[in-house]
Amino acid sequence: MTFAEIRERAVAEWEVMERSGKPRILVGAATCGRSAGALDVLQTINAELAKRNLDATVIQVGCIGLCYIEPIVEIAKPDRPRIFYSGVNADIAVQLIEDYLVNDNPRPDLALGALGEGSLDGVPQLFDLPMLQPQVRVTLRNCGFIDPEDTNHYVVRGGYSGLARALQMTPEQVIEEMKKSGLRGRGGAGFPTGTKWEFCHRAVGTPKYLICNADEGDPGAFMDRSVLEGDPHAVLEGMLIAAYAIGASEGYIYCRAEYPLALERLDIALRQMKELGLLGDNILGSDFSFHIKVKEGAGAFVCGEETALMASIEGKRGMPRPRPPFPAQSGLWGKPTNINNVETLANVSAILERGGDWYAGYGTEKSKGTKTFALAGKVTRTGLIEVPMGIPLRQIIYDIGGGIVGDKAFKAVQTGGPSGGCLATDLLDISVDYESLTAAGSIMGSGGMIVLDEESCVVDVARYFLDFTQKESCGKCVPCRVGTKQMLDILTRITRGQGQPGDMDLLLSLGQTVNQGSLCALGGTAPNPVLTTIRYFRHEYEAHINQKRCPALVCLDLITFYILPDKCQACMICQRSCPVDAIKGGKKLIHVIDQSKCVKCATCYEVCPERFSAIVKVSGETIEVPEEPIPLGAEE
Amino acid sequence: MREQLREVLAPFKGERGAVIPILQKAQDELGYLPEEAIKEIARFLRTSESELYGIATFYAQFRFTSPGEHALKVCLGTACHVRGGARILDTVERELEVEPGETTSDYKFSLERVACFGCCALAPVIVVDKTVYSKMTPSKVTQVLDSYR
Ligand SMILES: Cc1cc2nc3c(=O)[nH]c(=O)nc-3n(C[C@H](O)[C@H](O)[C@H](O)COP(=O)(O)O)c2cc1C
Ligand code: FES
Repeated sequence: MTFAEIRERAVAEWEVMERSGKPRILVGAATCGRSAGALDVLQTINAELAKRNLDATVIQVGCIGLCYIEPIVEIAKPDRPRIFYSGVNADIAVQLIEDYLVNDNPRPDLALGALGEGSLDGVPQLFDLPMLQPQVRVTLRNCGFIDPEDTNHYVVRGGYSGLARALQMTPEQVIEEMKKSGLRGRGGAGFPTGTKWEFCHRAVGTPKYLICNADEGDPGAFMDRSVLEGDPHAVLEGMLIAAYAIGASEGYIYCRAEYPLALERLDIALRQMKELGLLGDNILGSDFSFHIKVKEGAGAFVCGEETALMASIEGKRGMPRPRPPFPAQSGLWGKPTNINNVETLANVSAILERGGDWYAGYGTEKSKGTKTFALAGKVTRTGLIEVPMGIPLRQIIYDIGGGIVGDKAFKAVQTGGPSGGCLATDLLDISVDYESLTAAGSIMGSGGMIVLDEESCVVDVARYFLDFTQKESCGKCVPCRVGTKQMLDILTRITRGQGQPGDMDLLLSLGQTVNQGSLCALGGTAPNPVLTTIRYFRHEYEAHINQKRCPALVCLDLITFYILPDKCQACMICQRSCPVDAIKGGKKLIHVIDQSKCVKCATCYEVCPERFSAIVKVSGETIEVPEEPIPLGAEE
Repeated sequence: MREQLREVLAPFKGERGAVIPILQKAQDELGYLPEEAIKEIARFLRTSESELYGIATFYAQFRFTSPGEHALKVCLGTACHVRGGARILDTVERELEVEPGETTSDYKFSLERVACFGCCALAPVIVVDKTVYSKMTPSKVTQVLDSYR
């Protein structure tokens, strides 16, 4: 089929659906929606429709990024704006069918936002919501709005027109267009995509390979997963364009095995592409041929590194090797290879559709376009966001994220995952772009953004990331294998209250060695979380080391729980819920924690009725309490 | 087992770089990679068992002991960590008396730690088989575990 035919068919089918006058119900059922109960909602909706004999089209869509109020359901009726409902459960779903589908009352009280023509009293436009308003969606342009299992939906919204356009151009022109867009790799390193393609395009050797890196290893990030689940064709079209530009005939997608839904969606998408002539020999009737295979990762963070990833595809232990030679010269099976990240590729398809100049219209001078972030941690509105580069960090955390949960004080934001750093309050006004983040000691990374509040301990967070990289170190080079272990031991010691004077200097010097001496960027960036926290939160390290005190009351070995005898009402709630029977007491006997048994799980602290608030958590101080239970009232 | 493996192996004949997909398929089929399976696969790939173990042990996904009836995964991704994931893991370890990577002696549960399920908004989370339990506390853990016992 030619592209014109594919598009015509898609539009025709779309119009049939539109004209049918049937209501459409879209349920956000990506991984995050599912964990909040979307499949239950879906099942209820289908059952209810069947029971009432109602005719409606029910579609599973990806994630629109408002993960904090999942599951999200959209109902579209003819001549009405599309209405989005959040926090839908089975009961609400039944209610909506009854009220809106049957009785035409769109329940503004339950609605989150409206989209499209017309408005509804009391319901804001979806994209005017504070979380969405500052966002610019390129990578996520279709996520949550189309059926990821129906190519037509993608095509109707402009899909594959970028490929059709690229095929009318020479590969050199496509590369030029990419350079014009200013797109830089979104996998972490930020290398200009056009230039990278040019290297591979010029390299000699056949076949050439194109790899899509969908290993997404940052333990707090899920941007790539959301795109693959919500809009797989955007990535696949990007792959076709990249392959055409560099002259690759074989492609691989290396996807984590922990993403079963993404893998399933890729599988379906690839099958549909073959049927439509978008994959295989002579794509869209041109001389361009390309084949794609999916490889499942097997659980190794280092396999996200490009040379390790290729070793893994070849069926070896996934260990990085020195570069040069770069993959563009000698990559998979020794052939010229280009590796791009999922998000990079989803941008590529948009850039070819709308032009490099359009894309370069967003962002700063050196960081063009938009970037997705997985916003999580102690922020009110967690979710998946996409913002223009150059946006102030403050705007992300306060306007989009709605500030800190429970009005606690902001402490830091961690970007770049295990390779990144923690930025403190006085950096809240920096611009989010590659240069500014690097200058501040962190990195853009792939897009994890974890907000920490006053109840998070930065030493603990640094230890957490180092524990991760140390475990994931492949062990090939000494600085990374031994250095991260030593750094971890020191940090562990500090968080246990066994820190020694000089530990910080030792960490700094070890950090420098690991940074400079490691073979790949896993080791090269592993010290970052430690180095930035020492840089911005030296006083917290000092409190741990010198006063054996954890100011945020997180490090278990440095905190103690006490039951205040003048507040305890001997209600026995804590005593009953203690998992290790560490609480002594009884009816009318003031309770006492046996510190030798206490595992500091904080259960008592949480279950003690608020009106008593008898349990306190302290660090670096001792509170005088009776050793054995005493009768209630004996205290006064 | 031979029969099962033969079916797993057949489609990979002659494919380059098939080691990992083969191990994955074999584990899917058998639940883990017993010694006999490694032997059989080594024969099929004309390689040594030690070579195969070298590859398989590199990747966290592969198991060499039989899994329990329920796969219990505790998320220790960043968001879950800052919202108390370690406490949850502690509780699970204490309740089940196993460490991550192990199976309880009654083969009821296998415990694993994983990094981010992508539902950070619901942190901290644990997953039993395919069910996600969100906003966990130590006392909720006990309830969840009891519901499977
Ligand atoms: C330890 C380590 C882990 C990495 N993990 C990923 C990953 O999960 N996804 C990714 O796209 N890139 C990852 N990278 C970066 C890749 O090596 C590579 O730079 C990237 O895939 C190139 O694509 P891009 O130019 O489109 O960004 C990782 C690098 C290192 C050193
Ligand atoms: S960190 Fe646990 S789900 Fe993301």
